[in-house]
Amino acid sequence: MGLIADSTFQGYRRANGAVGVRNHVLIIPVDDISNAAVEAVGNNIKGTLPLPHPYGRLQFGPDLELHFRTLIGAGSNPNVAAAVVIGIEPNWTRRVAEGIAATGKPVEWFSIEGTGDLETIRRASRAAQRLVMDATELQRETIPLRELVISSKCGESDTTSGLGSNPTVGRFTEWSVADGGTVFFGETSELTGGEDIVAGRIDDAEQRAKFQRLFDEHQDIILAQEANLLGSQPTEGNIAGGLSTIEEKALGNIQKIGEARIHGVLEMAEAPSRGAGLYFMDTSSAAAESVTLFMAGGAALHLFTTGQGNIIGNPIIPVVKLTANPNTARTMSEHIDVDVSGTITLEQSLDQAATALTECIVRTANGRLTCAEALGHKEFVLTRLHRTA
Amino acid sequence: MSVFLLHRPGDSVGVATEDIAAGSKATGRLRDSSDTVDVTVTDDVPLGHKIAVKQLAKGDKVIEYGAEIGVATKDIAPGQHVHVHNLKGQRWA
Repeated sequence: MGLIADSTFQGYRRANGAVGVRNHVLIIPVDDISNAAVEAVGNNIKGTLPLPHPYGRLQFGPDLELHFRTLIGAGSNPNVAAAVVIGIEPNWTRRVAEGIAATGKPVEWFSIEGTGDLETIRRASRAAQRLVMDATELQRETIPLRELVISSKCGESDTTSGLGSNPTVGRFTEWSVADGGTVFFGETSELTGGEDIVAGRIDDAEQRAKFQRLFDEHQDIILAQEANLLGSQPTEGNIAGGLSTIEEKALGNIQKIGEARIHGVLEMAEAPSRGAGLYFMDTSSAAAESVTLFMAGGAALHLFTTGQGNIIGNPIIPVVKLTANPNTARTMSEHIDVDVSGTITLEQSLDQAATALTECIVRTANGRLTCAEALGHKEFVLTRLHRTA
Repeated sequence: MSVFLLHRPGDSVGVATEDIAAGSKATGRLRDSSDTVDVTVTDDVPLGHKIAVKQLAKGDKVIEYGAEIGVATKDIAPGQHVHVHNLKGQRWA
């Protein structure tokens, strides 16, 4: 057994056994027009976390299912102690609240039609006050690090990502999976050119077929646009950093899983049901969308590698940022939690870099704020699959 | 002497780990091997950008990470900068 098996952190164990590293009380709007009430409750009751967003009306089909899955996943995340759900109509609001309540955590819900904003805000504020006071009484306890579900994603990548920061996360992922941990990775479009390598790592035939279906669906959407993606994929930042093609970006991207085998494949925002191991999740490659989807699938901490300097955070899960680009580590130091630039000069081995990363993960899990948390980055971005009705 | 890194033995390009000026002699190294490859860098190559370590003809596959990252759109000599001006991806193209 290795470093991950030997490590523990001080975290919150929820009623369903899931382990968290933060202790939020969420105020969740089901739809765009409930944001005003949500923000009013957030303003009234200190220590709550309002999650305003622009969607939730006239969605249908798989797009609506993803909306529900993401909101329920956010409330169900192990970093959440309790939730207040506010929506315009009772049925959808109750559906989100009941989905979250299935985890065993306290949830209250309020619908605005027939009541109005002011009375809804009064009732929801009273509920939120009690939930926050109860949540602040919960105690951290000692928990094995391998029980912490961690996701990974890269952004504003350059070639230093493929050389240093992604292989560092890859080494951590190898260690974690070998010691019984659970790690998510995704970025479906950014596997293009490396998809056969990923498929070849999936041992279970059914899970491999699921991966191929999700990958092909995303390729079809991209190819159907008949657009030139240069400048979008790779991004201008990628190209400035030396990345030339989507294939090169993909091969660098998959360094984040090292040599680990893939245990399962998840739909967007789907929680794993096959036990511990490495999971691929179908996600956008846009940073805030994908971290939101990983969070909704149950990740409690995110590892974000960057080359040119992506600055993303998430309201619910801490985002630990690492770079192997020495220029970025210097010019954007307030965004970088772990500087692994020694890996590209060979002054630091991947084992040393992954050990430094593990130490940062434990400190963050114990409660230390990440750079993104201290800077107030709270990007909560819902993925849309198609147009509204 | 400048240093750059190669991902895998047999790759046709390496990656600059510092800004390298045209005319510099540079040594390409692998993380887990003592093998090296020496080239004279003929373009200014910024940190993170690729340097050819093999002669490539127009239409040749360009190999990095031991896998194809695209095709050369011009003849490329060892030591030249390899990027969007002489390398094109084959996916979504």
